[in-house]
Formats: sequence, C-alpha cells, structure tokens
Amino acid sequence: MRPRSSTGTTRTGTTRPVVASLAVLAVAALSACGARVDAAGDGSSASASAGCVDTSGDGVKIGFLNSLSGTMAISEQTVHDALRLAADEINAGGGVLGKQLEIVSEDGQSEPTVFAEKATKLVTSDCVAAVFGGWTSASRKAMLPVFEANDSLLFYPVQYEGLEASENIFYTGATTNQQIVPALDYLKEQGTKTLFLVGSDYVFPRTANKIINAYAEANGMEVVGEEYAPLGHTDFSTIVNKVKAAGADAVFNTLNGDSNVAFFKEYNNAGLSADDMPVVSVSIAEEEVGGIGVDNIEGQLTAWNYYQTVDSPENDAFVEAFKAEYGEDRPTSDPMEAAYTSLYLWKEMVEKAGSFDVADVQEAADGVSFDAPEGTVVVDGENHHVAKTALIGRIGDDGLIHTEWSSEEPIEPDPFLEGYDWADGLS
Amino acid sequence: MSQSTSTLTARLAVLVRPGRSRALAGFGLAAVLLLAVAPVLLSPFRLGLLGKFLCLAMVAVGIGLAWGRGGLLTLGQGVYFGLGAYLMAMHLKLADAGPGGVPDFMMLYGTGEVPGWWEPLRSPVVALALVVLVPAALAAVLGWAVFTRRVRGAYFAILSQALAAAFAILLIGQQQTTGGTNGLNGFRSFFGYDLADPVNQRMLYLVAAGVLLVMVVVARQLMTSRFGEVLVAVRDQEDRVRFLGYDPAAVKTAVYVVAAVMAAVGGALFVPIVGIISPADVGVVPSIGFLVGVAIGGRATLLGPVLGSIAVSWAQTTMSEQFPSGWIYLQGALFIVVVAFLPGGLASLVTTWRRRRPAREDEPGTPATPDAAAAPDAADLLPEGSRA
Repeated sequence: MRPRSSTGTTRTGTTRPVVASLAVLAVAALSACGARVDAAGDGSSASASAGCVDTSGDGVKIGFLNSLSGTMAISEQTVHDALRLAADEINAGGGVLGKQLEIVSEDGQSEPTVFAEKATKLVTSDCVAAVFGGWTSASRKAMLPVFEANDSLLFYPVQYEGLEASENIFYTGATTNQQIVPALDYLKEQGTKTLFLVGSDYVFPRTANKIINAYAEANGMEVVGEEYAPLGHTDFSTIVNKVKAAGADAVFNTLNGDSNVAFFKEYNNAGLSADDMPVVSVSIAEEEVGGIGVDNIEGQLTAWNYYQTVDSPENDAFVEAFKAEYGEDRPTSDPMEAAYTSLYLWKEMVEKAGSFDVADVQEAADGVSFDAPEGTVVVDGENHHVAKTALIGRIGDDGLIHTEWSSEEPIEPDPFLEGYDWADGLS
Repeated sequence: MSQSTSTLTARLAVLVRPGRSRALAGFGLAAVLLLAVAPVLLSPFRLGLLGKFLCLAMVAVGIGLAWGRGGLLTLGQGVYFGLGAYLMAMHLKLADAGPGGVPDFMMLYGTGEVPGWWEPLRSPVVALALVVLVPAALAAVLGWAVFTRRVRGAYFAILSQALAAAFAILLIGQQQTTGGTNGLNGFRSFFGYDLADPVNQRMLYLVAAGVLLVMVVVARQLMTSRFGEVLVAVRDQEDRVRFLGYDPAAVKTAVYVVAAVMAAVGGALFVPIVGIISPADVGVVPSIGFLVGVAIGGRATLLGPVLGSIAVSWAQTTMSEQFPSGWIYLQGALFIVVVAFLPGGLASLVTTWRRRRPAREDEPGTPATPDAAAAPDAADLLPEGSRA
C-alpha cells in the first residue's frame, strides 16, 4: 500500500466506539455466565430437557428421521413408508397403551450433521417418546451422542458393522454375526477357497472386510484382493479387471448405492458370471435390484434376514398391506421390514413396561418378541440387538430374491463377536 | 425466532449504508439482539441452531471480502472451514480421552494408537494456535503460488473447488486417523467445560456471536481502509493497478488468508456448538453452499454476506421442518432469481430503493458512498477472467 489515500485517515475514527461498545457487551455477556459454568466431570451433565415427553393427552409423539432428500433418499424413503404403515396399523388397532401415535417427521438430508441436528430437535423440542430412523453408519454415529446426552431412544433399522451397543439405541437390523459371518459360513460350505473383496470406502465395508480377513485366516480361506471405491464411484473397469485377473472363487461385495449398477454392468462386460464367480452382496435388496437391472444381476447372491418371498402368514399380510398402501410395483426389503418391526417392538416394550418412560422401556426390553414378517424376533436386553435368522438368497429373473440357504433358527446377536475365537483382535 | 430475525434484518439493513452514526446504532442493535435478546427469547435448541448459523456466517464474512471485494470466486472455503473444525475436533477428542488416552474411534477402526501428528493437539494452546496458523499458512502458500502466476477468474474458482473435493476424499480415505465418513463427534467437554450443560451451550453461543461481531468490525475496517480500496481496484482493473506500482498478488493473497482464517475460526466454533464435523460438511457442496448465502445477501456489502448466510441457513432449517423434501428447490430458485435479476444481492435492493427516493441534501443522485460504489454491476458476476 505504498501510495497514501488522502481520505484514509479520517475513516478509521468511526470504528473505535464500535469496538469499545462491542468489547463491553461481550465482556458483560460472558462474565454474567462464567460464574454459573460447571467444570467437566463433576457429575452435573444431566440435561435439563430430559423427560419432557407429554403423555397426558390421547396421543403420544414419536419421531421418524429418514433422509427424504439427498443421495440416500431413494433408500430411506422406503424405510419411511414402512414406518408409516406400521404406525397406521398400530393406530387403527387402538394405539400404544391406548394412545394414538402422533408422528413428527424430519428429513436427515443424507448428512450426518443434519441427522444430529434433527435428532436434537425431535428429542428436546418436539419431546418425542422415541425416534425411528437412520441408515448410514455415519448417521447413526452422529445421532448416538444426542440420544445418550438426552437419555432418549433411537430404533435403528439397518444391518451395520457391529462393534457398538448403546443403552439408548435398539438395533433391529442385523449385526455382523447375523449377516456377514453366516454368508462366509455358506461360502465355506460351498467349498470357496479364495475371496476377492470389493467395497465402498467407508466404515461398514472397511469393518466388514476386517472381519472377513480374520474369518478367512482362521478357516483356511484366502483373500486374494481387497479394493475400495469412493462412495458414488461409477468407473469399475480397473477393479473388475483386477477381480478377473485374481480368479477368485467368489467376490464379497460391500459396495453401496449407485456404484453397484456400474460394478455389475462392468462385471458382465468382462465376461464374468454368477456361475463361475458368484458375487455375494450385503447392500443389495429388492429395492436396489430394480435400479441395477435384473439382467445385470440375475443369479447373484445376497445375504439378509428377510426377503419379500419369505413364506409366512405374517409376511403375506405385510406385503399385501404395503402394496395396498403404496402400489403394486413397490417391493418390500430387509431394512423396510426391520423398520416396520422396530415400531412394533417398541410398542411391545412400552406395553410390557406399562410406561413410555425411557428407563422403564429399557428395563422391559429383554425378551420382548414380535412375530415379524421375517419370523419371530426377540430383543436381547443386554446389547439391545435382536435375534434374527440369516438368509442367503439368489436373485431371480422376477427381480425378487429367493432363499437359497437359511441358518434355520434365529442367531443370537453378538455385536462384538465375543463368541468367535478368530475375531479376538478385532475390537 | 422469525420475528426477531426479521426485526434484525430490517434494522441492520440500515447498516448497509455506512452513515457513521447509523452504523454505530445498527451495530449496537445487532450486538444487543445477538448477545442479550436472542439468549432470552430462544429455546436452548433454537439458540444452538442460531449459533451454528453464526459460525457459517463467519465463513460468509470472509467470502464477502475475498469474492465481493477482491473478485476471488473461491469455491473451496470448505477446506479452511474443515481445517479449523477438524483441528478443534481432534483436540476435543484427545481432551476427552484424557492425558495419554486414545480417542474412542481409533480403538474401533484404527491401530489403537494415537498417530504422531495428532499429539501436538493435546495442548489447548497449541490447538488454538494451529486452528488459525494452519489455514493461514495453507492459504498464504497456495494463494501466493496461484496469484503470482496470474491464475484468476474461472481457473482460480476451479482450482479452489478441486481443493475442496480432494480434502474431503483425503478425510474419507484416512478412516483410522480422521474418522472417515463418520467424521468426529461425541465430544463431552470444551476446554474443561461440560458440553451437555445448557449454561455452557449458551456460553458457546455468546462466544460465537461475539466473534462474529468482531469479524464484522474487522471486515469494515479492511473495507474502508486503503487496503480495501486497492482490493476493489484489483478486482475491477488488475492490470491498471499493477501499472500503478502495486503487486496484485500480494493484495489477493492477503485477502485470501483473511478469508481462510475467518472460515477456520467459524469451523472451530462450529464443532463444539453442533457436536460433529464430517467430510460432508467440508466438501464441494457445502463450499458452494457458503457462496449461496453471500450471493443472495449481496457479496460486495459489509452485512449482506452475514445476513444472507444467516437467512439462507435459517430458511433451510425452517423449510426442511415444514416441507422435508421441498426446501432445496426453493433455495435453488432463490439463487437463480438473485443471480439473474439482482446481481448485487438483496442488499442492492436497499441501494436501489434509496436512489429512487427524492434526493436529500446529503445524498446526490450518484452513489457516493464506498459501499454503493463497490456494489458490482451485472458484468461483475462473471469471474473476472471471463470478461474481455
């Protein structure tokens, strides 16, 4: 600033009073509060807003928190629909403890930060009795501190990577020993010796693959390759070439979302097929099969705990009710069924406890069961997961998934894989 | 909330015109509203939201300087916001873990050991210093390298955006040490204060409000200083400024560093107030999101970026509560309308309105005030390099 402006000096005078008044205000504001601040660790962390749930009227509020916009909307909207169906059914049947459910719906916008914000709103502002929703691990991790700090309840309906058991979350999707481990058991049974791992680059695939590597080592299988693509990645020629060159017996696929479309197209282009190198996917359900294209994925395997084709009176009723509500062309899938089930499980817990109070519900949770579309599920009061039957399915030409193999009976949830010697070093 | 916000907007619009006593009165009013009225009227949850908006507005103040005044269309402020936020978050994680402790996510996904480059952040003093120094140093090096090579206009915009994309991908790829897509969250304390305590949450809000007010004062000082005039000159006629003996690269680097530091401080305060930082908050989309509020408010004015940013964040939250999947269309439509019909942002409405009034004795028809003179015309909205 070599040349001087002749007007430069006169202007600076104005800001001095501004700065002074600001400083006075700031100091006044801060000192007024400073005295009331509590030091961390003195046990005063109980939130003032805990327990604002109002159950005095004819209704009780519950929150649905799903991404209705953003990249996850296509998946989470289906969960939202299933939750609404369950709420309508429960209300038609007289509600919970005689109270009608009043739904407060919020959009997580596919962003963890928004999930945290909206969860805070539902719990502290709307004072809901419980929240149902979340899909990605990131969204669950973002919400967890909110529910723990405010001591309220979240029901999370999606299979996930395990290694978690919060007092304030009920996990109604599968943990790893109910989905990934059975899938590996199945592959082992089929004589698979070598595996290639393909996944999206985030927490679930990385953790799943850590487990798969440990399992393979203990069971005489070999992981011949492990590749990650960024979420939303659509160019799979390099990865598929590596898969082809490795010549594994099977591929374990933990890709998420759009990437699956590109991956399976490339897989077929490379001349690979379900017959000579089957792909086991853990994130492809009925909803996604249509998006990927039945032609691209027919004959490939999936691992879940529920398929639309499950043969039971409960499932027939669920599928029929869902189609009647949302249209004949809408399939039902595992996360939808787990969400639908989660609302009924909460109802059972509340009615067993005779109260909407969080502590009472937690107390009553152990052993609560529900005859879900997937079969009878039972809540484990210790780790807040549910016992579920593992199903390996094959994708048919009708776009549905047909059970190929079943664990026959419900597998007790073991989120930290404590019952498996080979998993010792994992958590 | 809506009532107090609209009052705030209406009263502060006065400030867009830098009449001296009015500026002081308007600023005093803003300070009273933010520091005294809002904490009383708003519920703890709404106050926390306002605190978050104020953090985002800090980024907007910097963008207002760099883009509105300096013509640097920076599409990558998420990098600096993210650096500030992650450095703060790393410190909070280490503080929660206790002396020599390991943050919880590293036990789950990492090696169970704290990497060496995390260690310095155990110290609160070092952490606070790095929150400012790291973004400033990166902006200085990058700015100097880019601006001395006379990279400008659309090329600079693309480069800054690529930087934001790369930063987000880097964070996602380093799950063991950065938390990956999950980001960092679950903070329990902030420099020894319990974050679950509503009193402390309000204190954090007040800190954010105070810091934002200081930034506005700094921005005003810079805008009305000789540096601010050279900055506008560089924006409008870089070559002529060079012929006059100035170094445009130095001027641009300086304003880029200031904008980076403001974004970083906003990020550092965002973390304890919101309780989470993840790659989704620092990548390309949020970086562009920062720009939307600035453009809508009026990028070349003092308060346009702040008010625009707060208004857009507030509208986004309110709309998404009412119409969960519809707000994004409204935001896009508003952006298009403003860019097409009000290139100076909503703040230019004030100027237009004032011009149409019968001229008073101190206001000749021509815009004589620095802010009005600096308001960009339609051609300005294009990146400078794309102009003839």
